[in-house]
Amino acid sequence: MTRTQRFINWIDERFPLTATWRQHLSEYYAPKNFNFWYFFGSLALLVLVMQIVTGIFLTMHYKPDAGQAFGSVEYIMRDVPWGWAIRYMHSTGASMFFIVVYLHMFRALLYGSYHKPRELLWIFGMLVYLCLMAEAFFGYLLPWGQMSFWGAQVIVNLFSAIPFVGPDLAVWIRGDYVVSDATLNRFFAFHVIAVPLVLLALVAAHLVALHEVGSNNPDGIEIKRKKDPKTGIPLDGIPFHPYYTVKDIVGVVVFLIVFSFIVFFTPEVGGYFLEHNNFFPADPLKTPSHIAPVWYFTPFYSVLRAVPPMFSSKFPGVLAMGAAVVVLFFLPWIDRGAVKSIRYRGPLYKAALAIFVVSFFILGYLGTEPTNVWGQFGAWLGGADRATVVARVCTVLYFLFFALMPWYTKIDKTKPEPERVTW
Amino acid sequence: MADNVDRGKRRMLVIASSVAGTIAGIGVAVPFVMSMAPSARARAAGAPIEVDLSKIEPGMLLTVEWRGKPVWVLHRTKEMLAEIPKSDSKVSDPHSEIAQQPPYARNEVRSIKPEYLVLVGICTHLGCVPTQKLQPGTESGLGSDWTGGFYCPCHGSKFDLAGRVYKGVPAPINLEVPPYMYLSDTRIMIGQDSKGA
Repeated sequence: MTRTQRFINWIDERFPLTATWRQHLSEYYAPKNFNFWYFFGSLALLVLVMQIVTGIFLTMHYKPDAGQAFGSVEYIMRDVPWGWAIRYMHSTGASMFFIVVYLHMFRALLYGSYHKPRELLWIFGMLVYLCLMAEAFFGYLLPWGQMSFWGAQVIVNLFSAIPFVGPDLAVWIRGDYVVSDATLNRFFAFHVIAVPLVLLALVAAHLVALHEVGSNNPDGIEIKRKKDPKTGIPLDGIPFHPYYTVKDIVGVVVFLIVFSFIVFFTPEVGGYFLEHNNFFPADPLKTPSHIAPVWYFTPFYSVLRAVPPMFSSKFPGVLAMGAAVVVLFFLPWIDRGAVKSIRYRGPLYKAALAIFVVSFFILGYLGTEPTNVWGQFGAWLGGADRATVVARVCTVLYFLFFALMPWYTKIDKTKPEPERVTW
Repeated sequence: MADNVDRGKRRMLVIASSVAGTIAGIGVAVPFVMSMAPSARARAAGAPIEVDLSKIEPGMLLTVEWRGKPVWVLHRTKEMLAEIPKSDSKVSDPHSEIAQQPPYARNEVRSIKPEYLVLVGICTHLGCVPTQKLQPGTESGLGSDWTGGFYCPCHGSKFDLAGRVYKGVPAPINLEVPPYMYLSDTRIMIGQDSKGA
């Protein structure tokens, strides 16, 4: 027995090191037909680590104080050695996190990864997504620029639309009658401590649930159904390590090339990753001429704008925006398709998914623009803003994707699934 | 062993200790939840302020800060006042029936003295500051039938020269008139009215 082996044995008698390594890596059997779409889970984990590390270093120089916050960010950008790089990594990481997570979620829609037995895996994932949105929202106030301030003002005011308790709730969230130093200070606490802790716990739960049920795959069939009678290992499974660790390294390299290009050459990405108005300090008495959230929130923001007030209340719009996110939680139960993967689904699901994706992109684009971006219709439509009408149509299509799902997935003409995975 | 266990008593003890624990947990949460409410300092900053009207030229708008919010004092000219009834058919609450103003400002022009309009300059949709589009007509960029007022750049809400909201825009109700009172002919106090509110 070698010295190393004796040392590992010493640990294994006190802590399940080898057992954990086997259970989650070297003897965790993943389907052998993973494709491009299966990069994004591990990439999300990578971005999470990057955000935590860059965030820790930013807090060493940042001041969560309404009088000093904006200046301290400029100080990081100009005076702190390599501060600009760390900050751009963090700001680029925020947007890249959402790109990776949206692609990861879209993969689930393509291959039906939320179906039984992966309902809880999907729910943990959705909770991670909610945490991520909270994290992005709280973090966006911290530079204390014009967009930070007015974005927070708009979002906190969403809560004031809730009947009866709304206005008091909004004051309680802000800790003041307006977005102020008190708000900045508590958002800092949420951003650097509270939400990350919850996020890490949920990511752990997401991974535990994944390794319990095993990964889905592009064919949407269960590899655990066909096992080698001698070893009990799925015939179509390969150990995660070394096969997928090596595959994921390729994804990581490509991702880091794109990431570095953005950080070093175009960190603002034309105002989409870092908005131009956020380079002005927050001014509570002057709203920027155009307020838009960062791109990853704009589809939902469009839904908010599209819904007109009802009964002298803006609450229906707020409700619709919330519903646009919450409805995703119900996917495992409203999808009644006989097969999981898009490869064996019928034309109805394919068409519905295509319409959904197009609507989502149009809503996302319109959310970045003012409502008069496409001009007005003529008198025949009451001179309504074209963009508003389009946003309303897309909002209806967005919700129809979910509302009609139990029906069109049930009657869809599906193809037979294969016995074993294919390429 | 198992036969000797009094399951009824065990159940009762589990329920009783769970309930007691939950109540204690809620009690402990109270200070933390309350600590997020506005502090004494934030509440004290909401004191009323005085404005000298004689400094505002006709047609001009003065922005002052009260409770951290912009408050507008607009000196309306005769022409401006004449424009207001023209928008009666376009606004959603022409008679100010929704309580967005103290009773003494619930009239056609939504002010105590018609010349001086006092408004909280925060859009009733999501709290942006609308921009001034006081001049009527195409110059405003809002069409030739624009009668003057305010335009919210965030989501396109429109308000007339009395702060009344247009129909078919995201903002649901009129701009808020804060409590205010005349101290003399040319001085007003914003944030407090004769009732001492």
